[in-house]
Amino acid sequence: MEEKAEVKKVKGRRKYGPGEVIVFIILVILAILILYPMFWILMSSFKDYTSIYTDVWGLPGVWHVENYINAWNKGISQYFVNSLIVTAATLIGVVFIASFAAFGVCQIKGKLGNVIFMICLCGLLLAPQVCVLPLFMILKALGLKNTLWAMILPYIAFRLPISIMMLRAFFMGISKELEEAAIIDGASMFQIYSHIYLPLSKPILSTVTIMTIYYAWNEFMFATIFVDSSKLRTIPVGLMVFRDGLMTDWGVVMAGMVISCVPILILFLLMQKSFVRGMTAGAVKG
Amino acid sequence: MNKKRRIQAFLFVVPALVVLAVFVYVPLLSNIFNSLHSFGLSSTTKEWMGLANYKQLFTDKTILICLKNNILYAIISIIFQVGGGLVLAAVLEDVAFRKSAPIFRTIYFIPTILSMTVVCLLFEFIYNPQMGLLNSFLSTVGLDSLTKVWLGSKKTAMYAIIAVSQWQSFGYVTMLFIVAIQKIPHELYEAAEVDGAGKIQRFFSITVPQVRQMMFVTMVLTVVGAFTVFNEPYILTGGGPGTATEVLALYMYQTGFVKNNMGYASAIAMLIFVITAILSSVQFMTIGTEKEDR
Repeated sequence: MEEKAEVKKVKGRRKYGPGEVIVFIILVILAILILYPMFWILMSSFKDYTSIYTDVWGLPGVWHVENYINAWNKGISQYFVNSLIVTAATLIGVVFIASFAAFGVCQIKGKLGNVIFMICLCGLLLAPQVCVLPLFMILKALGLKNTLWAMILPYIAFRLPISIMMLRAFFMGISKELEEAAIIDGASMFQIYSHIYLPLSKPILSTVTIMTIYYAWNEFMFATIFVDSSKLRTIPVGLMVFRDGLMTDWGVVMAGMVISCVPILILFLLMQKSFVRGMTAGAVKG
Repeated sequence: MNKKRRIQAFLFVVPALVVLAVFVYVPLLSNIFNSLHSFGLSSTTKEWMGLANYKQLFTDKTILICLKNNILYAIISIIFQVGGGLVLAAVLEDVAFRKSAPIFRTIYFIPTILSMTVVCLLFEFIYNPQMGLLNSFLSTVGLDSLTKVWLGSKKTAMYAIIAVSQWQSFGYVTMLFIVAIQKIPHELYEAAEVDGAGKIQRFFSITVPQVRQMMFVTMVLTVVGAFTVFNEPYILTGGGPGTATEVLALYMYQTGFVKNNMGYASAIAMLIFVITAILSSVQFMTIGTEKEDR
């Protein structure tokens, strides 16, 4: 290890050549291309229509904080609450059902466990787009269409395969000694799950949690197709309605966009490591 | 293990199997069934069509437009996200940028966590012909001749839409490559440096071969993403102008819910299924082998 550190030091001391400078400039330009549009939305969300239209690049002359109050009162509050409910319910469903399943699959020894695991995993092959038409019919037949359940249940279903996969991989690494000792002490299977597996799995559970929140908070397609009532819309769909309804009241629309990003941005900044770990685990995008 | 414990263990799996069955597997099966019939959203009966819906797929000119757009989407995404992402990851992992890399990496990753709606609305403002950032930037630097109605012109609309997901996803793919590059043993690079290999040479002789599995995974991811894309054209253009930005998933949605032709829409869904399931199952197997490598 010391040798490695030595090598790194030597490399670090090397001067920056013209190549490095050019590459660095490119990196900065890329960063600006990412950051500036977001910064622009944030600034414009404090402007009124005329100042957005006439002075595209300028900072707000008058800070119209009321854009945020308007956005909140004109519907974002309802969408926000709906998103919170849907996200929370999806999260509870995914964490419990997926950890149950991952635990069960680990307990069912032999081939049967693997077969059941593979059945769960096959869901990964299925794009939600393929299921959207029949899901619509099924939700309608079950009387769930146009309820919050029409989002919650499909969200849970489509998060299960990847969550089970991640949890099972983690559970497999838990030492069997504790479990065997507990069995000798007469612990039930549920006790083994709740007293041994769950407490030991906090890191992976937090990753699953973040990925589920990220998915449920941002999902658009199911939410727009399965729910028509304006009272039940989640934020991603609500923003669209917002745009159509407010026409040129751009400042307010942008205020709504900013509000919708805040929770997920906070989550990202607080738990960057788990976030990235989750997003890159198994390389399956949300 | 005694029989009781086995049954108990099985009970733990039941909720997942039920949810998956009702909301994932039954829909897939009923989709196959539906694609062989003709019916509308509110029909009570379904008329047997045999393979007629599938035959229609082969004669439908819009399907060709969709496939063309989906393929264009895939190709551009591979170039920018897989190609660009790999180069960017290699640069960020280079010792020269060791200090600034974490900041850049985080910045590039941020768009990934934003919702598609927010990103699409953002680009609506960027592309807006009157006050949009893109046109006003072009006029500011004296390139008035290049200003366009980006989303309203048949020539540029598809590219404008594809650009949105490049902006959103390149940081994600870059992050995947960074994870892969960090797993490469340092000794390989050190040995190559001793041999006098330059940075570009080291990139092609060490980095590329060492991350080829990740290249494959990201390629499948981006191509599957390209063939299932729905949100961006749905939000930004609705498939227009004309059918210029029509893609499979959007066409399926419009056929089913707007034209009320659920049978044919199901056949389109099956087309998406066949394309993406084949691609993902290949990736699936590599994920399996990757696990064993560790």
